[in-house]
Amino acid sequence: MLSPDLLAEAGRQMAICNACRYCEGYCAVFPAMERRRTFTDTDLVYLANLCFECRDCYYACPYAPPHQLAVNVPKVLAELRTETYRDYAAPRFVSRLFRRNGLAVGLIAVAAVAIVALLVLALRGPSVLFATHLGEGAFYAVIPFAGMVLPASALLLYALGALLVGVVRFWRDTRGTLRELIDARAVVRATRDALGLEYLKGGGAGCTYPDARFSHARRRLHHLVFYGFLLDLAATTVAAIYHHVLGWQAPYPLGSLPVVLGTVGGVLLLVGAGGLLSLKRRSDRQPADRAMLGMDVGFLALLFLTSLTGLLLLALRETPAMGTLLAVHLGTVGGLFITLPYGKFAHVAFRYAALVQNSIESRRSSGA
Amino acid sequence: MSDRAARTFDVLVVGGGNAALCAAMTARRAAAKVLLLEASPEAFRGGNSRHTRDIRYLHDRSTDYLTGAYPEDEFWDDLFRVTGGETNERLAGLTIRESADLGEWMARHGIRWQRPLHGTLHLSRTNAFFLGGGKALVNAYYDTARRLGVQLAYDSEVRELDIREGRFLSAVVGREGESREIRAKTVILASGGFEANIPWLKEYWGEAADNFAIRGTPYNQGRVLRQLLDHGARPVGNPREFHAIAVDARGPKFDGGIVTRLDTIPFGIAVNEHARRFYDEGEDLWPKRYAIWGGLIARQPDQIAFSILDSKVMERFMPSVFPAIPAHSVRELALALKLAPTALEATVAEFNRSVRPGPYDPSGLDGCRTEGLEPPKSHWALRLDVPPFYAYPLRPGITFTYLGVTVDERARVVMQDDRPAQNVFAAGEIMAGNVLGRGYLAGFGLTIGSVFGRIAGREAARCAVA
Ligand SMILES: Cc1cc2nc3c(=O)[nH]c(=O)nc-3n(C[C@H](O)[C@H](O)[C@H](O)COP(=O)(O)OP(=O)(O)OC[C@H]3O[C@@H](n4cnc5c(N)ncnc54)[C@H](O)[C@@H]3O)c2cc1C
Ligand code: SF4
Ligand code: SF4
Repeated sequence: MLSPDLLAEAGRQMAICNACRYCEGYCAVFPAMERRRTFTDTDLVYLANLCFECRDCYYACPYAPPHQLAVNVPKVLAELRTETYRDYAAPRFVSRLFRRNGLAVGLIAVAAVAIVALLVLALRGPSVLFATHLGEGAFYAVIPFAGMVLPASALLLYALGALLVGVVRFWRDTRGTLRELIDARAVVRATRDALGLEYLKGGGAGCTYPDARFSHARRRLHHLVFYGFLLDLAATTVAAIYHHVLGWQAPYPLGSLPVVLGTVGGVLLLVGAGGLLSLKRRSDRQPADRAMLGMDVGFLALLFLTSLTGLLLLALRETPAMGTLLAVHLGTVGGLFITLPYGKFAHVAFRYAALVQNSIESRRSSGA
Repeated sequence: MSDRAARTFDVLVVGGGNAALCAAMTARRAAAKVLLLEASPEAFRGGNSRHTRDIRYLHDRSTDYLTGAYPEDEFWDDLFRVTGGETNERLAGLTIRESADLGEWMARHGIRWQRPLHGTLHLSRTNAFFLGGGKALVNAYYDTARRLGVQLAYDSEVRELDIREGRFLSAVVGREGESREIRAKTVILASGGFEANIPWLKEYWGEAADNFAIRGTPYNQGRVLRQLLDHGARPVGNPREFHAIAVDARGPKFDGGIVTRLDTIPFGIAVNEHARRFYDEGEDLWPKRYAIWGGLIARQPDQIAFSILDSKVMERFMPSVFPAIPAHSVRELALALKLAPTALEATVAEFNRSVRPGPYDPSGLDGCRTEGLEPPKSHWALRLDVPPFYAYPLRPGITFTYLGVTVDERARVVMQDDRPAQNVFAAGEIMAGNVLGRGYLAGFGLTIGSVFGRIAGREAARCAVA
């Protein structure tokens, strides 16, 4: 259940914005708001997920606190998004455990690393973990192939399934039938908006992040994270093809496709996630929702650690540190997968759904 | 800011809105040492300028953010029409001509213009909309001013001016409870009108002024204006006059800005606290009439009125910041508004009886009017007969005052003996009455402030460096 107080507060602020409309040039939220005169709970959830928290409207608002009307759109919409992620993620009894998100994500990551390390120690013994392994199949000497791939795949499938259930529920509530999702033009525009991070452009000058000055830093760093993530995904896919189709065993040589893709992706992720973490640390707390900030930091830290341990593993794979690093890396990846549907990663799904709805809506209202 | 540094300022700018910032940036670009004093804390900087939305300027063709040309003779006609000729023609012509490069000048100083996005935004031909509105404009100017090297001080209200024989010597500034004297070679006064000074408004309006809402900043107290007049500056503009509109009575006393205005009056009837109508709600198109309703309500008992509507029209106006008060019957509505139920029922019944059927057209002067009713409703008269009924409580919301000081073409303040002060300049609302003696043109307040701010900055820098 979304908090009624929070919905009421978001509704109050949207009514003020709808009487004002000064911010309509910044992003999709305001034109979408203008298509309505009153706001149902699901309207508010939709608007919240359309907000990229660029904060332009906060610094431009003459009614921002300490003004008595106390308009703080990025904050109230972020609070609502935090609740959306929790409320829509499936199953609910699990998502509730993530109330203190940063903490929960941290604990799970540590636990996952510990479990992998302990399993290796218990099943294979310290002599294997701390030895140097070389050549084809070296990784599997530490952790057998099935022990690596089966749990990871299961976790990933679980995560994607949980997210899918959530986003379908979200779509049903905020838009309607699943059939409406099959709308090529809307999907194309939403995809373009998402891939270009259209709404972090603030109408040209960037967003007011981390402070009142306009900057493109956040959009650029986010691009690094996103495309780094995609490259790593591509690396894993190519590796899977090598393994299953071509029958080649990891580790792959330095010049090979999985290693090149993985390394470039890993570096992009490292720089992007690190940069975003440092932006967040310096960012103005006034327009921020604390819970969302915790969620952001938890997810970014996990991404950062995943790519850091992955890169270290690559660099040190011919030393006795390999076993430990492999255990730590796989543990981090596991932690990342478990927490995907309950943390910041969920924004990918909900925001995309909101963007699709936005392009359907804006097309209908402009009559095109 | 040490005392020694303070003494060496070339230009002291008093105020922190659009006019002050335009003046400060221009003077600084002309290599003057500039200090800007803003009375408000940083969070509320920017005066009434932080509530603005668009600006009117001369342009000879359409652009990405203007739909067509706005030539000089048309601009001039518009100004003449709204002021009824109450304008200093030389200064008015100067304002119009010097506005021609504003679009480009503002962009160079950090302002971003709003383009139509995905076809939802409506642009205008005469006025350009800046992205994010007035606070974004003010933020951009403060940022540019700081980068240019203008020194900025907040919480710095100018309390006294030392002006002798038309020469400015120093200003007394209150800052965080203490006061100090600041000297400078020249001063630019851009501190707005006196609309937030309730005791001053009471000189003309009596106790009624307690019931006014002030749409803009509470910091426009008119202290500097009073000082100037006391030092013998020649006044301009009718001191009793203000621009005032109908705002939601539930809004804040100060600084409600644009959101509390209500455009509902032509869609129903407006009654006072005796449940009587008092003016033709459909006299003319709303953009031509909205600005008389503040004054009309200010003359009603207890300065309160109610816009009464029925459910037919509720989607026809801009959404309101507070919800309309609903009721199933006129009687229930009266009770909710604490009006005499029989009186409101009688007013509505009489109005409904007088409505003559006609083609309804909210976008033009239509044929729906009353007959035999006093006052009449000349257009858009539809019976109030589809429940639920709705009401908005209305108060006068003061936008700005007209009283100011006379200036010449170099923005110098003109004294009672008709001679311009040597080193005292004025820009913005404090001198707008020279150009706009009466009435209002949307987006023209910023035009006057920008044009005269730039002139004042240039002339003050020249005067100080000479
Ligand atoms: C709700 C609203 C909407 C408006 N919309 C528009 C619009 O869209 N377009 C348009 O052109 N005009 C608009 N106007 C009118 C416009 O705001 C004014 O014409 C314009 O802002 C005047 O600029 P200014 O710099 O002279 O005064 P202001 O912007 O009011 O600035 C005056 C400054 O002086 C400071 N000050 C006052 N006294 C002292 C003192 N003693 N010492 C130091 N500092 C002092 C104040 O704190 C303030 O910063 C609007 C007005 C309102 C209220
Ligand atoms: S955030 Fe403030 S300035 Fe922007 S539309 Fe809302 S009320 Fe207006
Ligand atoms: S924070 Fe940015 S994206 Fe969110 S509503 Fe405001 S302007 Fe739009």
